Amino acid sequence: MESKRIISYCKAINEALYQEMERDERVFVYGLDVADKKRTFGSGLGLLERFGSKRYFSTPLSEDAMMGLGGGAAVAGLRPVNVHIRVDFLLLAMSQLMNMLAPMHYGSGGKISVPLVIRAIIGRGWGQGFQHSKALHSIFAHIPGLKVVMPTTPHDAKGLLIAAIRDNNPVLVLEHRLLYWQEGPVPEEAFETPIGLANIIRHGNDITIAATSWMNVEAYAAARIMEKRGIGVEIVDIRSIAPLDDDLIAESVNKTGHLIVADYDWTNCGLSAEIAARIYEKCMSSLKSPIARIGFAPVPCPTTWVLEDLFYPSAETLIRTIEEKLGLDKTDLSGEEIFSYENKFKGPF
Amino acid sequence: MSKLLLDLYKKIYLIREAEDEIRREYYNDEMKTPMHMSRGSEAIAGGVCHALPKGSHAYGTYRSHALYLAMTGETDKFFAEMYGKATGVARGKAGSMHLASPEHGLMVTSAVVGTTLPWALGDAFAAKYQNIDRITVVFFGDGATDEGVFWESLNAACLMKLPILFVCEDNGLAIQTSTKQRRGYDSLTNVVQNYICNVFDGKGNDAEKIYSLANTAVNLIRSEQQPSLLCLTYYRYLDHVGVNEDFVDGFRRTPEPHELLLDDPVYQLRQRLLKAGCANAIEEIEKQIREQVLASRIKAQEAPFPEKEELTNGVFYGE
Repeated sequence: MESKRIISYCKAINEALYQEMERDERVFVYGLDVADKKRTFGSGLGLLERFGSKRYFSTPLSEDAMMGLGGGAAVAGLRPVNVHIRVDFLLLAMSQLMNMLAPMHYGSGGKISVPLVIRAIIGRGWGQGFQHSKALHSIFAHIPGLKVVMPTTPHDAKGLLIAAIRDNNPVLVLEHRLLYWQEGPVPEEAFETPIGLANIIRHGNDITIAATSWMNVEAYAAARIMEKRGIGVEIVDIRSIAPLDDDLIAESVNKTGHLIVADYDWTNCGLSAEIAARIYEKCMSSLKSPIARIGFAPVPCPTTWVLEDLFYPSAETLIRTIEEKLGLDKTDLSGEEIFSYENKFKGPF
Repeated sequence: MSKLLLDLYKKIYLIREAEDEIRREYYNDEMKTPMHMSRGSEAIAGGVCHALPKGSHAYGTYRSHALYLAMTGETDKFFAEMYGKATGVARGKAGSMHLASPEHGLMVTSAVVGTTLPWALGDAFAAKYQNIDRITVVFFGDGATDEGVFWESLNAACLMKLPILFVCEDNGLAIQTSTKQRRGYDSLTNVVQNYICNVFDGKGNDAEKIYSLANTAVNLIRSEQQPSLLCLTYYRYLDHVGVNEDFVDGFRRTPEPHELLLDDPVYQLRQRLLKAGCANAIEEIEKQIREQVLASRIKAQEAPFPEKEELTNGVFYGE
């Protein structure tokens, strides 16, 4: 959907919630401190004022019970949106997610459906450390019955959230804290981005990067730099982790012959391994080099920024990988401005 | 008076007879699903469910044969589910541990301790949200009160003043570990008294008393606009899982036969009805139920298993 209006990722989330709450009285938003002064980093602004504390409220610090509340409310006819300001906190409700919400439609022989949306925010930077920074989408996507999406663009932040709210299944939406400031074109009216489809956000003929969440930003920076050397990088924004659109990745790889999976997560047993396996199955004959996987350093996320910078892969990591795969000399990056989140994010949270 | 007792007897005798049929057939190994038997707790499900207003929603545990039968009164789908048949309540995907029948108000039962407590919370929240006059009841064992989610759910229900009836089926055992071995406090109800909640203690072997207690609890939920909690103690006759007694395991004393009868809700109610001169009515009820159960069991055995395609059906809504 084309649009000329430019808004932020955060505003796009806010607008999706506002429009869906306006459209459907059954939609309510709740979670730890959603009604705090900043309203979950701004994503909930205006909702309390418009819809009242019945439909927008902070809860006791009881993630397990609050996730279950969403299940029961969904079964009894509501459309809950349960918010977690960090993915790490959502782990307290893992049993509800995996034992109750995900399998319930199947396990009830189809009698019960659970239209619950879970929003969880991935933290990064300014010392978030090992308990405020996880993404864990491959763990969530492992469980049949749960849909998992990771919007990268403001457009998809709105479209995927609306699709999630209208879906009759439990859907986990993983938002990235640093993407909250990203701006892009977003239609004013409500619309759905279909869950289960990847999206090519940049076309190119020489190499494919399949990326999740923030890694699309790094991939974009890398592609811009490589373009100057005449290398066309195609970026597939995976955006739906479960179901996973491996067809679009395969289509791109069949064209370029090279694939880097840049996953915003650890590589071990992760989505990058899943994609690599599927693409080997589908594209073995068109691959000109082994699939490369890029992810976090295999350690808990450190707090000090010096180590944190090493923990996360960057555009530079991608550029070096591209050079290696295509047999190119090292690009001189000294004059390049590679995006640094530290320029924008000043904390505290 | 005797109409009420006969209605209650019908409910709890159905549970007893259905489970007796399971015990008779169990060793043919055709019902391949872990059975957590309700024997001894029939009056709790029977009494509470009989007191529930029409349209109530119920949530339960893996030990929910009694709850399912009390809520639905039906045995065809029940037995078919035990046999894993396509005609079962969830086409064989649920088994004994996940019996549910939303069309009868039995929404969800679950085999991870405590997990349906917050669902009942959400269900009651939805009733209040939508201005629906509905009671949500949730059954759980004393083991669930060890879980954080019990306290989280109780706290939230009291905070939000939700129309929810908590029913603790307290058999004093979590598998083989007694409450004494698990609790850092003396009495659950003493603790819960400190919440903004109506709290009741009682014995779980007297269907009529439970019925009247549940009525009071439900009325108070409505008049006081706050949750109620019933803690009902009962004797678990059988092993945690399976159809046998567990006295040989040595973790609890083997009771004398007369003690067993004392705790037996079905025997006790039957004796009362006999004294009240209802022998004929009892025999008629028992005969009908025996015929119903036998017919359902045979029908279930003869029913087809799910087709192979059923494996991948229904992971997501609309598929």
